[in-house]
Amino acid sequence: MAEAAKSRGEAPAALPTWPDEIYHVLKDAGIRQVAMVPDAGHSRLIRSFEADPETRVVTLTTEEEGVAMLAGAWLGGERGVLLLQSSGVGNCINMLSLPVICHMPLLMIVTMRGDWGEFNPWQIPMGQGTRPSLEAMGVIVNKVDEPHLVASAVQGAAHLAFNTWKPVAVLLGQRVLGAKNFKELARK
Amino acid sequence: MNNPNALLHRRDVVNELLRDRADLLVIAGLGAPNWDVSAAGDHPNNFPLWGAMGGASMIGLGLALAQPKRKVLVVTGDGEMLMNIGSLASIAVEVPKNLTIAVLDNERFGETGMQKTPTASGVDLAAIATACGIRTSRIVRTMAEVTELRDLAHEGRGTAFAQIKINPEALVFVMPPADGVILTSRFRQSVLGDEALFN
Repeated sequence: MAEAAKSRGEAPAALPTWPDEIYHVLKDAGIRQVAMVPDAGHSRLIRSFEADPETRVVTLTTEEEGVAMLAGAWLGGERGVLLLQSSGVGNCINMLSLPVICHMPLLMIVTMRGDWGEFNPWQIPMGQGTRPSLEAMGVIVNKVDEPHLVASAVQGAAHLAFNTWKPVAVLLGQRVLGAKNFKELARK
Repeated sequence: MNNPNALLHRRDVVNELLRDRADLLVIAGLGAPNWDVSAAGDHPNNFPLWGAMGGASMIGLGLALAQPKRKVLVVTGDGEMLMNIGSLASIAVEVPKNLTIAVLDNERFGETGMQKTPTASGVDLAAIATACGIRTSRIVRTMAEVTELRDLAHEGRGTAFAQIKINPEALVFVMPPADGVILTSRFRQSVLGDEALFN
């Protein structure tokens, strides 16, 4: 994207600071287990956790594994976070019964697709279904569309999850992440 | 029991796995494995599932990572394990020493009318676990092998996986508390102490 901006004679955008901010917010919240299916929007945060000897980063084959794993972490007295893309929310639905019925905290940070500026029509159904499906399962949802509000949203969600034993999801909109456009790349 | 080819009885297997359980932590998958673990005796260190199908082994992983000094045993069924068979790949990367997964394989979806699962057609869960990288992985057919597995689980010398071939018998349900808040709170209080009630 920086290359594309350069070729149009625009200054490349400065690197966003929110991934580092939420790394520190999550550290302050006592996060020790990071369960994730990677997303480009989470890559910087994942690198920070991988470099951190105090946190265990577990790569999942499907996101619902992470819901179960973090329930186990809570049973054992550790706090965790689940990093996933909006499409992965659909994989979690039945497993969310576990934190809901057991009053366990679950902190999910969801990077959105099928949202503002989306180019891929196949991302739309789950992207648009992300919030209603989470809410239907009893997850508290907070969507963020401005980069400077990301850190406080994650901080508030962590407090809410770990102090009231609720599943809480922060949705990071494509206005924050920047919308992908593979078609633009394909034309080059 | 005198016939070496006879299939094991699930409650004999679970009673042996939990013999002298000391401070063993036990996750039980939904359905019959839950009733089997409960039949061996209700215990605050049990976390018996009434739902969340496919989650038992990953709950075990999160718990094993959080409590590296305790031994964690997951007792679940073949249908439950198959629902999230990819968990074995996730677990094989982490391989905590203190995690054992015992799959009671009756080759049936027992709660729903004894329909065949893929293991009835030869799907080899132990081979899948081995291929994922869980080196201590086996099919268990005798009580002597169950005792070996019990010792592995209690010693915690590496992630272990076992597919235990059992009789597809339907037994009386023995139920633990169904309230997830009670199950969670008493487990945490037992493992973490009274402090767990305050945070």
